[in-house]
Amino acid sequence: MKKLLWLIIAVSAVSIMAGTASAAKLLLINGAGATFPYPLYSKWFYEYAKVDETVNFNYQSIGSGGGIRQITAQTVDFGASDGALTDEQLKAAPGELLHIPMTAGAVVITYNLPQVSQSLRFSPDVIADIFLGKIKKWNDPRIAKDNPGVNVPGDNIIVAHRSDGSGTTNIFTDYLSSVSAEWQSRVGKGTSVNWPAGLGGKGNEGVAGLVKQTEGAIGYVELAYAVKNNLPASDIKNKSGNFMVPSIESTTAAINGKMNSMPADFRVSLVNPDGADAYPIAGLTWILVYKNQPDKVKGEKIVKFLRWAITDGQEYSAELLYAPLPEKMVKKIEERIDEIRY
Amino acid sequence: MNIYNRRKIASKLMCAAAFLCAFLTLVPLISIFGYVFAKGVASINLDFFIHLPRPVGEAGGGMSNAIVGTLILIGLSCLWAIPLGIIGGIFLSEFGNNKLGTTVRFTADVLNGVPSIVIGIFAYTLFVLPMKSFSAISGAFALGIIMIPTIMRTTEEMLRMVPRTLREAALALGISQFRMTVSIVLKTAMPGILTGILLAIARIAGETAPLLFTAFGNRVWHQNLTQPIAALPLQIFAYAISPFDDWRRQAWAGAFVLIVIIFLISFISRFVIGLHYKLPSSR
Amino acid sequence: MKIKFVDMAFKKATTIAALSVVALICLLVYSMALRSMPAIQKFGWHFLFTGTWDPVKEVFGALPFIYGTVVSSALALLIAVPVSIGIAVYLAELAPSYIKQPLSFLIELLAAIPSVVYGLWGIFALAPFLRGSIQPFLSKYFGFLPLFQGEFYGVGMLTAGIILSIMIIPTISSISREVFLAVPFTQREAALALGSTRWETIRLAVLGYARPGVLGAVILGLGRALGETMAVTMVIGNRPEISASLFAPSYTMASVIANEFTEATSNLYLSALIEVGLILFFVTLIVNIIARALVWRVSNKVKGELRE
Repeated sequence: MKKLLWLIIAVSAVSIMAGTASAAKLLLINGAGATFPYPLYSKWFYEYAKVDETVNFNYQSIGSGGGIRQITAQTVDFGASDGALTDEQLKAAPGELLHIPMTAGAVVITYNLPQVSQSLRFSPDVIADIFLGKIKKWNDPRIAKDNPGVNVPGDNIIVAHRSDGSGTTNIFTDYLSSVSAEWQSRVGKGTSVNWPAGLGGKGNEGVAGLVKQTEGAIGYVELAYAVKNNLPASDIKNKSGNFMVPSIESTTAAINGKMNSMPADFRVSLVNPDGADAYPIAGLTWILVYKNQPDKVKGEKIVKFLRWAITDGQEYSAELLYAPLPEKMVKKIEERIDEIRY
Repeated sequence: MNIYNRRKIASKLMCAAAFLCAFLTLVPLISIFGYVFAKGVASINLDFFIHLPRPVGEAGGGMSNAIVGTLILIGLSCLWAIPLGIIGGIFLSEFGNNKLGTTVRFTADVLNGVPSIVIGIFAYTLFVLPMKSFSAISGAFALGIIMIPTIMRTTEEMLRMVPRTLREAALALGISQFRMTVSIVLKTAMPGILTGILLAIARIAGETAPLLFTAFGNRVWHQNLTQPIAALPLQIFAYAISPFDDWRRQAWAGAFVLIVIIFLISFISRFVIGLHYKLPSSR
Repeated sequence: MKIKFVDMAFKKATTIAALSVVALICLLVYSMALRSMPAIQKFGWHFLFTGTWDPVKEVFGALPFIYGTVVSSALALLIAVPVSIGIAVYLAELAPSYIKQPLSFLIELLAAIPSVVYGLWGIFALAPFLRGSIQPFLSKYFGFLPLFQGEFYGVGMLTAGIILSIMIIPTISSISREVFLAVPFTQREAALALGSTRWETIRLAVLGYARPGVLGAVILGLGRALGETMAVTMVIGNRPEISASLFAPSYTMASVIANEFTEATSNLYLSALIEVGLILFFVTLIVNIIARALVWRVSNKVKGELRE
């Protein structure tokens, strides 16, 4: 029995040593936040590891709310969010936090109706009323009005939303607040709201998972999540009255619609823009870093990565259906990155 | 029919119902094992053990860092929980027949019943906030707290089972209580204590909740023990609620590996040590 | 003299180790109470009775979670208690010896399965099964009851209750079995002497005598169900709403902490979550104390009887 005791002690000691030995000789930089851009970020970190072999990025996609929280508490080196921080949140941070836009994506309305083969179309008021719980069945006449000739089953609509603090929710509720006065007063916008109806899923992954598992479900996810899971992305009527397909082009049109009114700190909403070709529920997503980096080595590496992501990294966006940022914007962002001190 | 027959039939029915209950419970057991084995084995390949997770949607990723992470967390937790638990258990059996002992026993029971997520909150406030980082250390702290009551109680029970005559003989030979307890009583009780330790390890191997905001998880190799670290149950959870088919596959594979690890530990504790333990007392 | 010193040091060392356990618990309660102060000060007792959980407007009330926790655990007990007692009766009284060992081993296996694996099975096996077969059946034939009205999604209160019941069956049945085995033979012999059938013997002699112990086992199972996190989070639907229907999604105290802790964006939000954790701690504490007291009473009763 003494042998077994020694065995356990040996195993413990070995695993500790393994812990320190197997640990990467590389610098580990921790980030957390939005699930919205996660498909793109995970690709970026993977590719960047080949560009700079001295650093590893560990990004936990826990939702924009988590990103804001963790960077404010400084338990991670950078945060990520598609919901811009409010002035109060900025004040609460121990230092000046910068919003660095990384890419833009589209929030799509996805659903699970195996019998329906073509893409459904939705008007803004219909979407608002579905998520308010007022439109309960798929064969409601208001849905049929937007989709003439499409055979929709009479199933109940099962709403899926985020259970965690989400920038995607922020973009979506921002849109709903601007198209529905009832939504604005009853629910409002934010990263985490009091949903009138539906099931909660964790992360874009969770909502996509719920929609995928549940027939008759409807949810809102970033475009990449719908595509990667063979879920449909519906066409939404924009401000000009056209039904827009969510795509790189329509998202880019949304960005262009706001280029002239882009604030210096990049905290801008892209929902419901002017522009005949713009997709109405698009959003920017930002990486949150402190202007004055606490750690010199990590700060330098983070800045190097950000510069790469804004320029070379944008090549990977198209494949995952994120909109590459326009040249004019990239110039301004680079100036911003130059302000970071380490 | 007369009363006696009615009673006989009632008896047979109730006994059948009891039998049914027992075997009904096997249905979910078989279902769970069936799913884990069928889906898990199908997804296990060398990639799974060797590779790190790959970007979203790309095939070929693995859980190598999660498996190693779990082993490291277990090792770290054992490092502090086993000595504390055993020494505390010695206190309870040798010096604990008083009010203090009762209090400690009660506290250990309370600690045992605390939901693991609450222990996670405790570790977060104690380690993550001051250190300003998620870490393997905070995760090991949380897991260790879960282990301690089990180890303490098992140590106490096993030590109490050692016959008084053995202790008295040792003391009669003039050695100190310390030597007697450690070299003789503890040694005799070791197989039982080891069983308790292994069962505690089997329990924490599968714990997810306390690691959610302590170890936090890691998509790549950890840098050192003061940084976030991946763990098998965390990875299974993240993949299970995701929509990507490849990740869901890996979740089953991870569940399979986790179950194999846990059962291996339980098997070792029950049969191997149990066998050893029976031999001396049967003489 | 050296021995005396060594022994004194030994005693001190072990005492410190034991006391550190006490210190841990005290520290736990203290640090959690400290961090929930902002929420306690803002909401006071209303926290327990408010049904809104609105992070945007910063109104936090724990009622939906308390409801979800209580109802899912109650449902779990409803299913698990009869089944566990049946198992315990079978294994203690009725099973032939060649079945006892393997069967009890198999039921113990259920206890070894980690919560996250239960959750995984729950999402991909149990929920679709409930959605496709059981819930439509319940809705059709029992839909007049408010319990089975409304939409069913596969995930929800019912699924959570069922998974919890499977998880606590090993706990309740193994302790009940020990309690049954501890009932002295004299009781059973007396019942048989009076001419009871097998079942009557069990009912009169064993179950009646062991009632406090079984009650203790049940309450221990309840304690476990209350604190269960992962499996419940994965199948309960995560919706902080109180609904009479078992089909509706719900939210438990443990689940909301698991889901929202890392992202509570404001200090009040985090403090409200920690307060929920504190409530959970005290609820499980009280339940466990009651359970221990009951089980202890039976073992004392038996010891008392043996002394006669």
